[in-house]
Amino acid sequence: MRCIYILPIGSIHQPILRTVAQEITLRFNCRCKIIPSLEAPSYAFEPDREQYSSGKILKQILNNETLCSLLKGTVKILGIVDVDLCTPILTFVFGEAQLGGKAATVSLCRLRQEFYGLPPDPKLLLERAKKEALHELGHTFGLVHCSDPKCVMYFSNSVRNIDVKTDSFCRSCSMLLCENKQSERE
Amino acid sequence: MRKDVHILVVDDERIMRDSLSDWLLEEGYEVVAVEDGARALEKVRAERWDALLVDLKMPGMDGIEVLEEVKKINQDIPVIIMTAYATVDSAVRAMKQGAYDYIVKPFNPEEIGLAIRKIIAYQDLLKENIYLRHELEKKYEFMDIIGKSHKMQEVLALVRTVAKSNSTILIEGESGTGKELVARAIHNSSLRSEGPFVAVSCAALPESLLESELFGHEKGAFTGAVARKKGRFEIANTGTLFLDEIGDISPKTQVGLLRVLEEKKFTRVGGTEVLQTDVRIISATNKDLKAMVAEEKFREDLYYRINVVSILLPPLRAKKEDIPLLVQHFLKKYCIENKKEIDGLSSEASRLLMKYDWPGNVRELENVIERAVVVAKERIIVPEDLPLLAAEEGKFKPTPDMSLREVEKEHILLALESNNWNITKTAKMLGIDRNTLSSRIKKYKLKKR
Ligand SMILES: Nc1ncnc2c1ncn2[C@@H]1O[C@H](COP(=O)(O)OP(=O)(O)OP(=O)(O)O)[C@@H](O)[C@H]1O
Ligand SMILES: [Mg+2]
Ligand SMILES: [Zn+2]
Ligand SMILES: [Zn+2]
Repeated sequence: MRCIYILPIGSIHQPILRTVAQEITLRFNCRCKIIPSLEAPSYAFEPDREQYSSGKILKQILNNETLCSLLKGTVKILGIVDVDLCTPILTFVFGEAQLGGKAATVSLCRLRQEFYGLPPDPKLLLERAKKEALHELGHTFGLVHCSDPKCVMYFSNSVRNIDVKTDSFCRSCSMLLCENKQSERE
Repeated sequence: MRKDVHILVVDDERIMRDSLSDWLLEEGYEVVAVEDGARALEKVRAERWDALLVDLKMPGMDGIEVLEEVKKINQDIPVIIMTAYATVDSAVRAMKQGAYDYIVKPFNPEEIGLAIRKIIAYQDLLKENIYLRHELEKKYEFMDIIGKSHKMQEVLALVRTVAKSNSTILIEGESGTGKELVARAIHNSSLRSEGPFVAVSCAALPESLLESELFGHEKGAFTGAVARKKGRFEIANTGTLFLDEIGDISPKTQVGLLRVLEEKKFTRVGGTEVLQTDVRIISATNKDLKAMVAEEKFREDLYYRINVVSILLPPLRAKKEDIPLLVQHFLKKYCIENKKEIDGLSSEASRLLMKYDWPGNVRELENVIERAVVVAKERIIVPEDLPLLAAEEGKFKPTPDMSLREVEKEHILLALESNNWNITKTAKMLGIDRNTLSSRIKKYKLKKR
């Protein structure tokens, strides 16, 4: 039975996890379970950048002993962190995923209005978190970036772009998603 | 989405190759990554590529050499050189050798997106067989305004948009950031380009003269007014009036200006005839007009009238990635003017350019390059040709906002340099022993620069 697991890494606000889980169930039409959290990702800290390596977090998820048994079968796992993520070549990312793989991660850090010196907006944070969670999971189902700015697979390089896009897959991405889900099951 | 775009990544560091490939794959491109120039050339000979992303610093063949060899095999493949901040001279050299672009690692996601979109546009152009080499060279230029930084790209997009309209514009920015340049660009690309561009420096004239300068005067309006004189508003009719340093105008002139802006009508000094004028107003200031409004030094109503569209030009220190392109531009300009041939900058010279704070912004950079071109003895510009920056570098000025740690670090580094990194001598000069000095060098990761 297909399932998508949500893995809080460090302390993440429960309501956010629940909303994201609901959204995932709805959009991917499968079960979604929140599993117990891992400790904060201090192992992924990059002192030169003063940020956290999203790649190291993905590796940690995939190599974790207790998660190992869960990861068998047709499942995906989405780590949610609240630290600022980067990759060796990008100054920041909202998240990272294994293209056509099992694991993905998203960060709430830059989705918060506070990050940009604005007053907090919990509702907006939720909206953004949903979209980025779907986006990264979309990658694990083999979807690449879409040229439709309204599609959730559009590459967002700023929260402005995230706010412009919707929380759904465009027609062609939906079709691809369907096909890829089929072939994964086979 | 773009399965037909093939990109070859060349980088000796595995982690960079993987990271970049992953991102490009997510973007939907076909990607192959190799670790050195030799392998890259094999690939270029064997297959068709739409773009190459080549790291600059690699053991063996470096990025520029790869670029040269690639160009011998296929002149048309766009090659993007990836560099670190410290290596501007090489970026300039790469552009000269025909690199399509350079990007600084790590990339801002917006910047790499832009760079890639430009490749696609380029590729589409090639496909349609419209080979606008000249246009392509100008990809980071608009009417002589140069800028590839994200901030300047936004400014350029705005400039293009507002040029087509008739709206009143306020350009804000520190001295030397290109306010007048932008004003002229807007005029020249607007529907008014056939009309005159008239500039008035509001700071240069005393109040009484400024009024008659702007609005004109009748014969006998004041002592010395021996004949009727047309004002700038009349002269600029059907064109653009550029009010430079608008923050400096007096309250009285502010009222006059407000009237013209609201009614498009004015009268000459000492006259009664009401004149009509059709001008577009572009104002500029290096002052914080908003603050002046708050302090009631500038009329609020006038502020809103002139500030329909506002363009904020960033200081050069906030867009340092533009420095290589600007340097290249000014080198070309002043080499032609001075009939000299200069190939580029030594790495030390370019390090100085990148490190400097540029309080005088692009104008200062232009002056520095002009001077360097004039005094350069060789085909390469060296630190001696940049005396101001070299001197600045030597100076160490602790400021109250520096931490003790920073001050100590800088001070030790300076002492080491003045003793040519002789540890014994330096320790003696600093009044500490050799071991303490060695541990400080380690602690602060001090290196010869
Ligand atoms: N982005 C740019 N690209 C090319 N040249 C530039 C750019 N910005 C400024 N310059 C050059 O720098 C010099 C100063 O620009 P300009 O006179 O427009 O500055 P300004 O903002 O009006 O300064 P001030 O406030 O001191 O009058 C000019 O020679 C201009 O051509
Ligand atoms: Mg000026
Ligand atoms: Zn993505
Ligand atoms: Zn889509």
